[in-house]
Amino acid sequence: MKHRTRIAVGPVQFRIGSSWGAPITALKRLYVGYPQDAGRPADATVRLFAARPWRRWLRPSVHIGGDYIVPDALPLPLSMGLLAAEMGMNLQVALGWRRHLLLHASAVAKDGRAVMLSGESGSGKSTLAALLGEGDWRLMGDEFTLIDPGSGDALAFPRAVSLKNEAIAEIEARVGADRLGPLLAGTPKGDIRYLIPRPDAIAAMHEPARPALLIFPRFGGAPAIERIGEGEAFVRLTEASTNYVALGEAGFGALMRLARETPAFTIAYPDSASGMAIVEHLWAEALR
Amino acid sequence: MSAVETLIDLLAGRRAAATLAPRDWDGVIGVARAEALLGTLAHRGDPAAVPASVAALFADTRAAAAVATTQALWEAEMARRALAPHGIEFVLLKGTAYAAAGLAPAPGRQIGDLDILVPWHDLARTENALLIAGWEWVKEDAYDDAYYRDHMHELPPLIHKARDRMIDVHHMILPRTHRITPDALALVGDAVRTEGGFAVLCPTDMACHCAAHLIADGDLQGGLRNLWDFHALTSAFAVADRGFWGKLDERAEMHGLEKTVHRAARLARDLYGTKLPSGWNRIRSGDGRYQRRLLARDDWGRATDPLLQQAFYIRSHWLRMPPAMLARHLWTKWRKR
Repeated sequence: MKHRTRIAVGPVQFRIGSSWGAPITALKRLYVGYPQDAGRPADATVRLFAARPWRRWLRPSVHIGGDYIVPDALPLPLSMGLLAAEMGMNLQVALGWRRHLLLHASAVAKDGRAVMLSGESGSGKSTLAALLGEGDWRLMGDEFTLIDPGSGDALAFPRAVSLKNEAIAEIEARVGADRLGPLLAGTPKGDIRYLIPRPDAIAAMHEPARPALLIFPRFGGAPAIERIGEGEAFVRLTEASTNYVALGEAGFGALMRLARETPAFTIAYPDSASGMAIVEHLWAEALR
Repeated sequence: MSAVETLIDLLAGRRAAATLAPRDWDGVIGVARAEALLGTLAHRGDPAAVPASVAALFADTRAAAAVATTQALWEAEMARRALAPHGIEFVLLKGTAYAAAGLAPAPGRQIGDLDILVPWHDLARTENALLIAGWEWVKEDAYDDAYYRDHMHELPPLIHKARDRMIDVHHMILPRTHRITPDALALVGDAVRTEGGFAVLCPTDMACHCAAHLIADGDLQGGLRNLWDFHALTSAFAVADRGFWGKLDERAEMHGLEKTVHRAARLARDLYGTKLPSGWNRIRSGDGRYQRRLLARDDWGRATDPLLQQAFYIRSHWLRMPPAMLARHLWTKWRKR
């Protein structure tokens, strides 16, 4: 394709091709601090293309494709090309990656131990991880956490953090503009702005961490913490995994081990400060 | 050399994996994924000859294919348990059959739906038995449903409500309205049993079905995989039985598939290096178009040559039904858009 770049996030080497230059330029800016290995073959291909030739210029709309395609997915306007590229990368991993058990979860780590936050979009898992990652935690990722079926370790997938709506202002108050992408207003998911993880989080992206805590957050309502049993944690994790079924017995084993060995909690929180306080509290408990 | 040509050379064993530059793998992997041949590629050659990251990806792919094969065979077992109490016997087709019989195309091969063949007179009972056992209709559309029932070689697809897996119940290997009508009774009657107790087509019929599926049914989309099946099957059958090609000739003629099977054999020879006996070893002018259609993919895995694709798409419909019926079908489909 005419415009292209290569990005390595965690264990995945992407090649991304685009019919337009703008999404690639924006991607390169976000990922400039990531390790480059030009000689490494790509594990996954993302394509951003116009469904009809004239759509390249006339009301340009970006279709997301690659190794795996979601039929009938709606295209995005070219002004949201960066979002299309990020969605394309997520899609290829969600549908194609088989080396690790994939969990729809954000994660942060300290002293080689990981706290994983799993929930639907809107649960605040990205925001909490981003905020903790600006403190004394290492951000492992805001969208996917990878579990190695052999060792049971959590592996980082620290792509740029997708901040949505109110979370944007909260992070803007804490980090410099050099770590933020352009504001993408009025996307199908609301306003989005990408946050570049801290350099130490990127440098440590290949270091595994031992799962120490599983948290299923819910944004809104009075602060609450509830310990949940292995069975419930297991069921919630099967729902959070995109490749649990495809991995067969290896996926089952990895998920069982995670649910058995990791204390799990559901939490509710009215604002980010209390959410972070709850995570720190559970962490202190887990260490005891 | 384009990625799709490199992929074919690697599969055919004409080129050693070690001769590829690391970045050549980008396109080869992309095209192999698009053609559902990555698992097959991952099973061929020496893992030490490829870059470490490619070797790791191939190992992932082999493991994933092994899981998928287990799941596909389990699905066949589920169908057996649903149909056996009603005294209905069925023949496994395509990917599941290759896996059940441990045939040459099986390692790493992607398996989509479960395809089974039952005799025409058992079709209604099969449908009922599957509905009782938890399969449900996928197609809601009344026209599509009627179209399948009146003109196709299979029931409308059914999906299992708990396992979310699709089953295609065939009573023929080509649509009923197709210009070629293979002998369905002979297919079922001459089926052979695997060690696991499943019935699969006999070798010559399996090759006939594979060729019919590739050349006579559909627009050659994903044709490289089907052609690989044909190459791997016939090459192994010819090793096991020196008279195989002669028997295949007779059987193909009986089904009305001699041109189809010969075309598939020549394409397999030209792309994958299948060794053909003298009577088969001809050159036909039309093959070039088929080859171009099979190779129409760029280094980013995108389909190319839209005009040729369109031509084969129209051809597939032309073969599938008589002109007046085709016109009526297209008119109905167009009005529903």
